[in-house]
Amino acid sequence: MAANFPTQEQVQGGIGATEPGHDHAHHDEHHEQSFLQKYVFSTDHKVIAKQFLISGIIWAVIGGTLSSLFRLQLGWPEATLEWLTPFLGKWIEAGKLNPEFYLALVTMHGTIMVFFVLTAGLSGTFSNFLIPLQIGARDMASGFMNMLSYWFFFVSSVIMFASLFIETGPAAAGWTIYPPLSALPQAISGSGAGQTLWLVSMALFIVSQLLGGVNYITTVINLRTQGMSMSKLPLTIWAFFLTAILGLLAFPVLFSAALLLIFDRSFGTSFFLSDIYIAGQALPNTGGSPILFQHLFWFLGHPEVYIVIMPAMGMVSEILATNARKPIFGYRAMIGSLLGISLLSFIVWAHHMFVTGMNPFLGSVFMFLTLIIAVPSAVKVFNWLATLWRGNIRFTTAMLFSIGFVSLFIAGGLTGIVLGNAALDIQLHNTYFVVAHFHLVMGSSAFFGLWAGVYHWFPKMFGRMMDEKLGYIHFWLTFIGVYLVFLPMHYVGIAGFPRRYYAWTGFDTFSQFADLNKFISVAAIVAFIGQFIFIFNFFYSIWRGRRATENPWNSTTLEWTTPVIPGHGNWPGDIPAVHRWPYDYSKPGAEEDFIPQTVPYSQTQSSNLPYEKEME
Amino acid sequence: MTTLSIVLVLALLLVVFGLLFRLQILTSIFSGSSNREVGVSNRVNAILCMVFLIGGGAWFAWSFIENFDKMNPPIASVHGLATDKMFWVSMAILGVAFVLTQVLLFWYSYRYQHKENRRAFFFPHNNKIEVIWTLIPAIVMAALVFAGWKEWTRITGPAPKDAVVLEIMGKQFNWLVRYPGRDQKLGVVNYRLIDAVNEFGFDLSDQNGIDDFTAGEIHVPKGHPVLLRIRSRDVLHSVYMPNFRVQMYAVPGMPTKFWFTPTKTTDEMRAQTGNPNFNYELACNQICGRGHFAMKMSIIVDEPDDYVNWFAQQKSFSDQNPEVLASFKQKSEKLVNKAPAVPAAAAVVTPAAAKASL
Repeated sequence: MAANFPTQEQVQGGIGATEPGHDHAHHDEHHEQSFLQKYVFSTDHKVIAKQFLISGIIWAVIGGTLSSLFRLQLGWPEATLEWLTPFLGKWIEAGKLNPEFYLALVTMHGTIMVFFVLTAGLSGTFSNFLIPLQIGARDMASGFMNMLSYWFFFVSSVIMFASLFIETGPAAAGWTIYPPLSALPQAISGSGAGQTLWLVSMALFIVSQLLGGVNYITTVINLRTQGMSMSKLPLTIWAFFLTAILGLLAFPVLFSAALLLIFDRSFGTSFFLSDIYIAGQALPNTGGSPILFQHLFWFLGHPEVYIVIMPAMGMVSEILATNARKPIFGYRAMIGSLLGISLLSFIVWAHHMFVTGMNPFLGSVFMFLTLIIAVPSAVKVFNWLATLWRGNIRFTTAMLFSIGFVSLFIAGGLTGIVLGNAALDIQLHNTYFVVAHFHLVMGSSAFFGLWAGVYHWFPKMFGRMMDEKLGYIHFWLTFIGVYLVFLPMHYVGIAGFPRRYYAWTGFDTFSQFADLNKFISVAAIVAFIGQFIFIFNFFYSIWRGRRATENPWNSTTLEWTTPVIPGHGNWPGDIPAVHRWPYDYSKPGAEEDFIPQTVPYSQTQSSNLPYEKEME
Repeated sequence: MTTLSIVLVLALLLVVFGLLFRLQILTSIFSGSSNREVGVSNRVNAILCMVFLIGGGAWFAWSFIENFDKMNPPIASVHGLATDKMFWVSMAILGVAFVLTQVLLFWYSYRYQHKENRRAFFFPHNNKIEVIWTLIPAIVMAALVFAGWKEWTRITGPAPKDAVVLEIMGKQFNWLVRYPGRDQKLGVVNYRLIDAVNEFGFDLSDQNGIDDFTAGEIHVPKGHPVLLRIRSRDVLHSVYMPNFRVQMYAVPGMPTKFWFTPTKTTDEMRAQTGNPNFNYELACNQICGRGHFAMKMSIIVDEPDDYVNWFAQQKSFSDQNPEVLASFKQKSEKLVNKAPAVPAAAAVVTPAAAKASL
């Protein structure tokens, strides 16, 4: 970390210790890569980022399709779904969706969206793309490990995808795969081969996450360019950095849970099984605890929701500041709240388990810790609002999605305060109130962060702009759609409707709201179909979009100092040195309304603040 | 034929959209609007932000009021009244925060939309307001936590000594219910003894189990604390009684419990809701397999006298199934003759069951 600033404007060749080891000029002359090296087994972080992004988009379409299928069932429980037979085959029985397959649909929807889209697709894309570009590095610390990270993810994806088509059906015990249901094929057919493939796929997925995470952390610590101290990092990098740390600490625990479950399923152990009589037979297992699995699962599962949301928070902070033409308000408070959230995220997991029979005293402790985490989240929201205040806002599509993110994060986050209250969770646990809460605060918000990121960094990824008008249509349709789906879902939840129900028609208690459920289904399916506007815009713009300039948003961070399409090694010449924080927007006295991080204070004497004078 | 025409219509629609899209691009290039850094669409989006705030807010308020009556399941337990009050107080506080922040978000977006010749206000931080808006949520949280914690400890505290005890056992895919009989003691059960007749796994060599009886629906007396002992014999289930605001998992191998006091009889609730067919219902609220959505049992809240009458009329499991009782007698005789030890399986289960009874 360089504490002193060099007097010369250009620093010679970065700094020796942080140079990732290839001489770029030399590189350009000799290196002709084959198609396979360049686009498939690439070690370039930008290509790997695009691989994660496009895989994520494909997974999102699959995950969304699954949700449309089960929304059909929930909206029209009496309808015949004969017309789906060509797609679903034997899972349509006499015109009705098979109830076990319904559970498989919700299970796979959750798994795909949480892990394959919002973990790999979001953090995989933008950590890879932005870390080297924004800290001023030629590539990741280990390009090879980075490539492995993608290909482990790819193999894991193939296995998970294949599991959708096997005879006994994919995993169907919920995305949380609580045993004994997930351990016993005699309890549900999805717990046969489908669950085995799920576990194998997740094990590989975790390997991919760990390879990626180690790389992100190492790169951020070691490869920052000259002058890029930790207190000059864009908030995106802070978010990716802490996300990677969370993943590195949390995913191994899921791995252990998966491993123990594999042992219970295949090798006759009793970690999670005890006193079970099923399918006319008493099982020999005794002494295990299903609750132990839940502790292990949520020790990952809770940090996981922050793994999903923190990258989005980082990108939104960056995009809000850029397009409001204002410094992010409370830069240090933003870092502090990210640190607070990261720390607290590890000690709140059991709020998912208030009514599992866990000792009520533990429930009290976790309720207390859970409600503390609302404070740093609230600080972030206030800081985003203060960033907009007296700005000069340009509504790019990315900006709209960032504003949408803040709106959805507030809407979903507030209800978390109710759910974190153990006394209130008794009634609300596992109802649609929970479903509405997390779909807003981590599902939709993270998706909005993802879209904001894609629209904002698309020019740097592909050298072209996405179509703004289509972007606006996509935004308003999605934003309104999300609220139409998830706001009424709270009403359904307050009324006590349990989640993962194939139909509520059997209960008098849940006989109201048939119309509202139809409404939610229509809104969900329309909003899903609307996403094809984005997909068209994305692929069309890759080849036919308007050509981008180097710095289309007049942004201050380092990635915008690279060529329109940065090549291998990112900067054709030396890596630029950094002199200032990334948020010098609309600084009084400055000529332009932004000062890139690469501009030394000696060149901006008219706008330097008193304490900056001595750094001139 | 219809399929073909639908496909054709869709294809034509796509072509039309494609052409419109190209046309839009060409006109924007022609008019030069694509070169302007901040165009008309900025103003349009700013206005849409306000439209969304007002329109969305109005829709939210309308739909909330419209659905309010439907979203409150009638309450019939003592703690339910308290938690519901706390829920709506919390929601009101959060509602204020929700409205305030959303209004600011969209108002600022509209108010501070891009203007030529205006510069944003360079305002990187302000320690004073940051401290204030860290403290305010912290204080509100502390108040909410404290209220929640008090209620939670009360609800999960030990059940009163005179509570009516019954056992609910979840299985794929229905509920089984057992009452302790006259001696007020639930007999020992063992999952290894379960079969088609002995669904609970009664171990009738335990005298406490002789007068236990099972029931097809749950009866509880109004105004008396009721202690539910909860078990599962296969996968996880969750005992969920929305009207009583009761929920607790049924976990195989780990008995759980929950106690509550019903406040209204089924008849009173029928009168209150104006629905002569009203029934309190028990639902499963933890995914348990194919029949998860259909694990229902009725709960009848009786006047205490009626409850006593109903209780007196029940026949014990051992009376109804003399052959099961006889088999245990034979077994224990054999055991007494051959080996003095208790059956190994029963010995394993007994401590667990004992621990579960508080």
